[in-house]
Amino acid sequence: MSFETLRPSPALKEFLPVEYKDLVDHGPYGKNKKVSDMGQFKEVLEEHPMCAGCAMTLFIRLMFIGLPNPEHTIMVGTAGCGRLAISQASVPFIYGNYGDTNAVASGLKRGLELRYPNQFKDVVVAAGDGGLVDIGFQGLMHSWFRHEKFTTIMLDNEVYGNTGGQESGMTNHGKVLKMAPRGKMGEKMDVIGLAKVAKLDYIARVVPTNPARVARTVRRAVLVAREFGATYVQAYTSCNIEYSIPTPEVMKDAFEVENERYGFEEIISDRAKAYLDEIEKKEKQAKKAKK
Amino acid sequence: MNKQVESPKGRIIKSRHVKLGTKNKKGQTFTDVNEMFFEAERTASFLTGSEVIREAIKRASVGMSIAYPITPQSEAAALIGELYAEGYLDDYFRGESEFAVMSQCAGAAFGGMRVFTTTAGPGTLRAMENFSMWAGSRLPIQVCVTMRGVNSPLSIQPDTLELSYLLESGMLLWHAETAQDLYDFILKGFIVAEQPDVHLPIAVCCDGFFVTHTKDTVELTPEDLCLTPYDPYKSPVPCMDMECPPIRMMRDPFVMKSNYISYSTHASWQQEVRAAIERSRKHTAALIGGLIDVENNDRDILIVSSGTAVSQGREAIRLLEEEGIKVGLVKIKTIRPFPHEEVREAVKNAKHIFVPEFNMAGWLAREIKSVINDNDRVICGPQVAGGMTLPSEVIVEEIKKYLGIKVGSLAGRGS
Repeated sequence: MSFETLRPSPALKEFLPVEYKDLVDHGPYGKNKKVSDMGQFKEVLEEHPMCAGCAMTLFIRLMFIGLPNPEHTIMVGTAGCGRLAISQASVPFIYGNYGDTNAVASGLKRGLELRYPNQFKDVVVAAGDGGLVDIGFQGLMHSWFRHEKFTTIMLDNEVYGNTGGQESGMTNHGKVLKMAPRGKMGEKMDVIGLAKVAKLDYIARVVPTNPARVARTVRRAVLVAREFGATYVQAYTSCNIEYSIPTPEVMKDAFEVENERYGFEEIISDRAKAYLDEIEKKEKQAKKAKK
Repeated sequence: MNKQVESPKGRIIKSRHVKLGTKNKKGQTFTDVNEMFFEAERTASFLTGSEVIREAIKRASVGMSIAYPITPQSEAAALIGELYAEGYLDDYFRGESEFAVMSQCAGAAFGGMRVFTTTAGPGTLRAMENFSMWAGSRLPIQVCVTMRGVNSPLSIQPDTLELSYLLESGMLLWHAETAQDLYDFILKGFIVAEQPDVHLPIAVCCDGFFVTHTKDTVELTPEDLCLTPYDPYKSPVPCMDMECPPIRMMRDPFVMKSNYISYSTHASWQQEVRAAIERSRKHTAALIGGLIDVENNDRDILIVSSGTAVSQGREAIRLLEEEGIKVGLVKIKTIRPFPHEEVREAVKNAKHIFVPEFNMAGWLAREIKSVINDNDRVICGPQVAGGMTLPSEVIVEEIKKYLGIKVGSLAGRGS
């Protein structure tokens, strides 16, 4: 239904902003665009106020391409760098309070499921490491243990970037940052481990070094969340400002971190795997038939 | 703004919801609020305040309710769970804290559901960040606040201090005196809060224990009638369900733009939320018969209060009458919008205005002082707190003392 409501009446179309017409005619809504199509379609995220060379911005662009149905998706976020870009995309975005993302998403997903029993409405939380595991920890954990049917994506830059470089639960041990003047005391929190304890059906760790893989990971997480409950994607999205990574070397850092300690990992339950295999098999067959 | 609103004989714009007149899955007929309250037969029942909350929610067509235990609202929240098990609500669960519950309520309301929850005391304060967010996001969620002490060491006893924290949250605040008020305010509160020109959260407050845990006779509307459902497309801001264009719908603060436009947007939006509170007056007055109730305000001495302090004041008036001292009464039903003009008019001839309250802060006396002329007429008190009761005799004593009449020591009574 909503996809139809996006289409302007032909008589009124000429009065709409060109961005809107472009989104309807050349956007990703209902079209299943791929990373390899980038540059040939109107992305939902174009303008943003992020820093030059920001890896998080790259990840967010790819994340939006990965959404299986952006025309039926609502994003939920909280304070942090990520929302500065996410809130400017052409997908609705809810900013509630500090650290309330997974509680808001729980209520939202349940409400939408009740109102649209025959239509998948995807809810995706995309928030920073601080927003999710520090201030939002309780909500994050409980939404997982309740197996709420939405995806949580952690934009893990290992620091509070937006407030100027304070240490977070995801900062590595010993790192000197603001509010950790003698170096971070504890270890980086093992949130992948926590996700395993909560028995999530889809857990992934990813670095935006392989764009197609980022989009595929997000897509899988969202698809599994529809059927089985909470899913989690943890993405290393470095902060080149607070970690003093020279802008031209942001991707070099991403490859290095990926090799050292942030390798791609996908933990999929048997039922989720069977479900994804079925979908992906069908897509391959459809592609073949097209050729 | 601040104009007195005439009560249009207890009527509000009739619902035109497509489901009006049809039946829900429990066989209740979706009924316009006017018909439900002003035409349908009422049945007297003897119930606790918690049971009254259940009876109201049973007839409120609530989509979702989220609960968290805290005395004295736990029983009501659990009874709503039973309604869910019986099929009166679409969804219900226990959240992980009041902050989470209120955020979950926000999510459900963003998605277009009618949402109800309950909280009390420290729970209200824990959830505080949400209330301003609800108002700014124009989510017409209803929270029933069964007020209790906020203190350390811990108190669970009745105390209305928490209402003062809610005053500038941007929510509608109604203060029920009795179980009957509570029943009426909950059902009517949904309708007022959801009006397109209001569309704000509402806190229906009552005094914990005094109302929730005592039994009272309440005139209930028929069990087979329920409110017409919430229509999320009557919201002045888009429902977050990806069903209405344009699709670029941001509900993020413009913090990334530190400029005049950003400041101006924030300022005007806060003004708009407050203007929406004022716009609720006409609907509220229509449904609950004015924002205040007045008895004998031609007298020199008036008791002006809200909540159960009004009941105690009423009894004090009876006791004083026996001694030939005549006192009038003003009951304030809505704290936001505050009935500025109504109170000003009601107390214009009074020489002494007593404001009994169940809290240390005396926030109601402060509100009254801020809107009337010659506010040295206001005597802030008597005030009790921390769960202390407010015997009518204490009010009597306060008034007599003020009038220079000798009174015996209350503490000495019975000895």
